[in-house]
Amino acid sequence: MTTTDYERNVVLSSKTYDVVGTRPVRPDGADKVTGRALYGADFDAAGLLHGKMLRSPHAHARIKSIDTSRAEAMPGVLAVVTGKDLPSAADKVIELGEGSTNLMYLRDNVLANDKALYQGHAIAAVAATSPHEAEEALGLIEVEYEVLPAVLTAPDGMRDDAPLLHENLMTQELGEKTDKHSNVADHFQHSKGDLEAGFAEADVIVEREFDTKTVHQGYIEPHAAVALWNNDGRLHIWCSTQGAFTVRDSMSEILGVPVSQVRVTPMEIGGGFGGKISVYLEPVAAVLSKKSGHPVKMVMSRREVFESTGPTPGSHIKIKMGVTKDGKITAAQAHMAYEAGGFPGSPVGAGAMCVFAVYDTDNVVIDGYDVVVNKAKTAAYRAPGAPNAAFAAEQVVDELARRIGIDPMDFRLKNASKEGTRRADGPVFPRIGCAEVMEAMKNHPHYSAPLEGPNRGRGVGVGFWFNIGFESSCTISVNADGTVTLTEGSTDIGGSRASIAMQAAEVLGIPAESVRPTVVDTDSIGYTAVTGGSRTTYATGWAAHDAAQEVNRQMIERAAKIWEVDAEDLEMEHGVIKHRRDSELQMSFKDVASQLNDTGGPVVGSAALNAGGMGAGGGSFAGSIVDVEVDPDTGKVSVLRFTAVQDAGKAIHPSYVEGQMQGGSVQGIGWALNEEYFMTDDGTMTNSSLLDYRMPTSLDLPMIDTVIVEVPSPSHPFGVRGVGEANIIPPTPAIANAIHNATGERMYKLPMNPGAVMEAIRKQKK
Amino acid sequence: MATVFIPSLMQSLTNGEHRVEIEGATVRQIINNLDTRYPGMKERLVEANRVKSNISVAIDGEVTTLGLLGKVGESSEVHFLPAIGGGSRLI
Repeated sequence: MTTTDYERNVVLSSKTYDVVGTRPVRPDGADKVTGRALYGADFDAAGLLHGKMLRSPHAHARIKSIDTSRAEAMPGVLAVVTGKDLPSAADKVIELGEGSTNLMYLRDNVLANDKALYQGHAIAAVAATSPHEAEEALGLIEVEYEVLPAVLTAPDGMRDDAPLLHENLMTQELGEKTDKHSNVADHFQHSKGDLEAGFAEADVIVEREFDTKTVHQGYIEPHAAVALWNNDGRLHIWCSTQGAFTVRDSMSEILGVPVSQVRVTPMEIGGGFGGKISVYLEPVAAVLSKKSGHPVKMVMSRREVFESTGPTPGSHIKIKMGVTKDGKITAAQAHMAYEAGGFPGSPVGAGAMCVFAVYDTDNVVIDGYDVVVNKAKTAAYRAPGAPNAAFAAEQVVDELARRIGIDPMDFRLKNASKEGTRRADGPVFPRIGCAEVMEAMKNHPHYSAPLEGPNRGRGVGVGFWFNIGFESSCTISVNADGTVTLTEGSTDIGGSRASIAMQAAEVLGIPAESVRPTVVDTDSIGYTAVTGGSRTTYATGWAAHDAAQEVNRQMIERAAKIWEVDAEDLEMEHGVIKHRRDSELQMSFKDVASQLNDTGGPVVGSAALNAGGMGAGGGSFAGSIVDVEVDPDTGKVSVLRFTAVQDAGKAIHPSYVEGQMQGGSVQGIGWALNEEYFMTDDGTMTNSSLLDYRMPTSLDLPMIDTVIVEVPSPSHPFGVRGVGEANIIPPTPAIANAIHNATGERMYKLPMNPGAVMEAIRKQKK
Repeated sequence: MATVFIPSLMQSLTNGEHRVEIEGATVRQIINNLDTRYPGMKERLVEANRVKSNISVAIDGEVTTLGLLGKVGESSEVHFLPAIGGGSRLI
């Protein structure tokens, strides 16, 4: 099709500003395009040793003994550690990153204690003068395992006769420990209204079951960390992380040292998507450093990244929904079982909060199960838990619309959540942009464009994800030339230096280019929570807004001093300080900046805030429209056209919002069509390289069109909604719905790779 | 008074009531007053003087990060939810 007959990137803007909403060049661009930016593995130090990890070849095994004596005796080896070298951890809960965790599990995931719970689980580590010597020494460590049967899926883990991963694990039901030893760590239920009555009211009921596979975030930069445990007892970590303070807190808890003794410097990050919040290498490198007296660097291979870090879980989901002939959803029920990996803590809770959040439904029951299995402990991955849920629910919604003969977008609009809608998990939505996103989808030329040719189909999907607020800090110092330096603690993954600096520039009334943002270490800024939960532009941007207001207050005071007037008679507008009644008294931000030392010294403004918890700002809705062509001979699905729509509240830097929408869509397309951990029955991953783990490339995809919808968040100074995550949710169901429209077959499993599509087509032919 | 929504798995403690009116200006006061009316509630929600790790408290639609210190308004809605983060519970 031609691409010139419509606007490819649309911003449906609600309000315009001087800086916010423009598209300046990113402040970190030059360093990154010239290769000068320093990433985790780039850090070097005098006397640096290289650490390597020995990992379990078994998915489930008891560790009977570990003999490290031969490795320790090898020339060039300066330290060897096992789980016994980490302080023993109490069975207690600690707050880290985006949530809480059990310290014992955290520690045992870093270095196994008495059991290996997944293939790739860390068993021991070596520090040597070269990576090759360290690698060779790993081969000298003798581990005696008692191999146990592996459990690989949630339904298998829930069986009464399933092998238990943790002998002491008992199912919890919202605070109550049951007396049942099980692989089900948690069961919870959300309910609303009268489910039976809702289904009785329905004219059409659809009930389906779905399975999704384990999928990795696929960040291009592997995990890397350097630790120096100095002679004065201070520990310094340089690493690739989404949250330097979370690393600091994790190190403090795992190693039993005060936070004041730990300093973490976040290096540039080559992608994270939620997967670089947990610590894996850092505590091990620290203990190796303490033992050897040298700084120790550890860098993962791609295989280690796949097998030993935290992917997003596979899941088994049952959905049942009922609808009246005129298109009102009367009841919805979900059973959601998510794989947690080797330790409790899957994102089933988030999945359950999102599964029906798009629709205003009176009668709902959702049961969630967190199930431990012999796979790497799952971690956050862009809207964790929600893509699984949407793949299931949005296909049932599509089927219901077709069964009652209503256009899929009209059906969604008729049932759309709005301000005042009570979600199944209880809370009421504030002002949200659900219907506005759906209207933008319906009104987009893509939705009504003819789709000609055989084996082609169009599908849609809609998803919801929360905003998290949490803690952020920001400091702004004014320079004599009228520029400012801005320091903050949020790792910049997707352009947040720019979006944070722009919010400060807007308040200060100066160009974005006059703000020089820097991400600093944990000793140099107030506490700042992770770059995750779609919170950074929202919360750290808010801190920058408040810090800039404080700078303005001081700048006005300086002008008042120069003019010998009362500061209360002055105001600042678009970077100009003026007297409210005397139009002769006007001075630019730059003019005042040049006189700081003569008027009292430096001007520095700081702000630190807690921008709220989960649900701050109302969250963001996103939708996908996709056209596919299915090859009936091979089952290959080609994406012909893709449009991403999302509510950004207010797009601070529209190019980076579009980048998030396109990136999330591409990851969603990968989930939909190719990506999976391909595992043997004994829990061995057989595709742990980027050659065999098939992620989409630019050759697989059309340019993704975008529509930014702006329904301002009621709580943020500029109306920002976090945009980092919701965009990954709708692609999988949209593609499944498109495949159905192309082939007549529903796809109940991810990925919908050529084999799966051929199987569906063959079944149809029979 | 605040309106407290009782999760279905805890309604055995409230004789099937799924929403109750409770006095309290903080989450701590709400839970204490709930426990007075429905004994056993505090044990389900609080451990070592903090909200249990697998439970979050949402006040007026937003999960509070202040735990038992979370401020509750005169007409607030309070929900007890399974604890999650923007990601999973982390390790």
